[in-house]
Amino acid sequence: MLAEYWPVLLFIAVAIGLGIALLVIGLLAGTSRPTAEKLAPYECGFEAFEDARMKFDVRYYLIAILFIIFDLEIAFLFPWATVFSDLGVIALVEMGLFLLLLVIGFAYVWKKGALEWE
Amino acid sequence: MPTFNDFLILLPEAYLTVAACVILLMDAFLKGGQRVAIHWLSIIVLLVGAWLVIDGQPATAVSGFSGMFIRDPVAEILKVFSLLTTALMFIYSRGYLRDRNINEGEYYALTLFAVIGIMVLVSAGSLVTVYLGLELLTLSSYALVALNRDSKLSSEAAIKYFVLGALASGMLLYGMSMIYGATHSLDLATILHVQNVEWRNLMLFGVVFAIVGIGFKLGAAPFHMWIPDVYQGAPTAVTIFIGTAQKIAAFGMAYRLLDSGLGAYAHEWRMMLAVLAVLSLAIGNLLAIVQTNLKRLLAYSTISHMGFLLLGLVEANPAGYSAAMFYAISYALTSAAAFGIILAMSRAGFECEEIDDFKGLNQRSPWFAFLMMLVMFSLAGVPPLFGFFGKLLVLQSAIDAGFLWLAVVGAVFAIIGLYYYLRVVKVMYFDAPVEGTDVRAQPDMPLRFVLSLNALALLALGIAWGPLFAWCQRAFGITA
Repeated sequence: MLAEYWPVLLFIAVAIGLGIALLVIGLLAGTSRPTAEKLAPYECGFEAFEDARMKFDVRYYLIAILFIIFDLEIAFLFPWATVFSDLGVIALVEMGLFLLLLVIGFAYVWKKGALEWE
Repeated sequence: MPTFNDFLILLPEAYLTVAACVILLMDAFLKGGQRVAIHWLSIIVLLVGAWLVIDGQPATAVSGFSGMFIRDPVAEILKVFSLLTTALMFIYSRGYLRDRNINEGEYYALTLFAVIGIMVLVSAGSLVTVYLGLELLTLSSYALVALNRDSKLSSEAAIKYFVLGALASGMLLYGMSMIYGATHSLDLATILHVQNVEWRNLMLFGVVFAIVGIGFKLGAAPFHMWIPDVYQGAPTAVTIFIGTAQKIAAFGMAYRLLDSGLGAYAHEWRMMLAVLAVLSLAIGNLLAIVQTNLKRLLAYSTISHMGFLLLGLVEANPAGYSAAMFYAISYALTSAAAFGIILAMSRAGFECEEIDDFKGLNQRSPWFAFLMMLVMFSLAGVPPLFGFFGKLLVLQSAIDAGFLWLAVVGAVFAIIGLYYYLRVVKVMYFDAPVEGTDVRAQPDMPLRFVLSLNALALLALGIAWGPLFAWCQRAFGITA
């Protein structure tokens, strides 16, 4: 049974070996003349203007999440609409329940004031 | 096409979804003094849910939605105990949430959604349903852990939980895709009966990834890294959920995936589970010894308890599963009482979570010291408490299935574990209280009453464990 895992072990060994070998070859065989410019972070050829780890407003996430919810709603409604006539009343009820759940969430978000920007 | 019957099978879940939405809207629209209704309504909702699960339970397993949703006796027991322990948790948490200005409405609504996730998960008949239930449960849990927004520890715990949880879900999903690739089916019953899998190695990889996902959700070593930080960082009112209902859910998930779906590969996965079990027992018990924070201690104790639970799953037969299910229930009820006591001792501005905070508790609140002693003895597995019979039955079934060495490992670590549980008892009874502190339990009446019942039930169920175990055995088709 264990013999079946032999290719996996081989794969891991080759992966680790290759990873180390490439770095070591680069280190030994490559020419290395570092200057301050060469070591500086590269940003599209511009001088770097600020740290990438900046804060941005948590409300962007809120908008993004709300967008995704309604985007998915549309994505779900389209295929449903094309086959709706074949599926009958039960499909109408099911979609109604789905939309109702979304509306409840929407009412909650609205009432909590999450949609007010200031 | 789904029929009316399909929806009838789904009745408890549908009812709970409606109730959770109502509670969500009540949180948005009720003001001031009326909000107390949310608390009581949430508890009633859970109890009615448990009643619906038992009352509408068909005599044999039935499935709906083309086999995606299964309602059988196993799911019934797991659902009833998830609902009951969650109701206990709501009763214990009220004062804690109020003292800390945590939004109660969000707490109740999110927990109810998580419970719906548990119910879907333990009733899953297809890989999709497993994943659906799991995501509903874990996404709600991430938000719950972060509920105390102003606490750095709480936010840190939530981020860790989210990142590691998302990774584990990804692993599980990857494994599911391989299982689907090898068997061309998402339906667990079909996967179980696929003969001569063409891509056997692919299937085995799928099994390994499924085990990783299950190990993470159980919190079994070596997938336990998130447990101590999340237990400590989460508000205690949320930690109790991760320590009780979620463990029952994780057992349900393991049973559905491994037995109902991958039962044909039991020979392969039982050895992996045995490794997880031994590692969990060792890491959980040894690291618990050096903890000074009670919530962290309980976190490592959870890891070791999951090791015991895995001992039951390793057997891969109904006797082992019923012992493991009994163990999950006994652990959930005991851990509910343990966190209940921490909640009862905490006040505004004071988290009673260091072991030193319990020094001399016997002189100040003798009744709570006694309850805590019962809980610690039950966790340690001292007869005649509930936890003892959980351990006994699991070890018994391991020996019956020929895993004598695993049973011996389990017994040795149970004895090592005794040390740190007894240390808490010793601190309460034999140490003098720390000067200048005023640690005592001052809970409200419902908490005091229900917590006492819960802790005394550990004693009662320890003395009369037969009926519950017989119920678990019947669920797996064993007639004694």
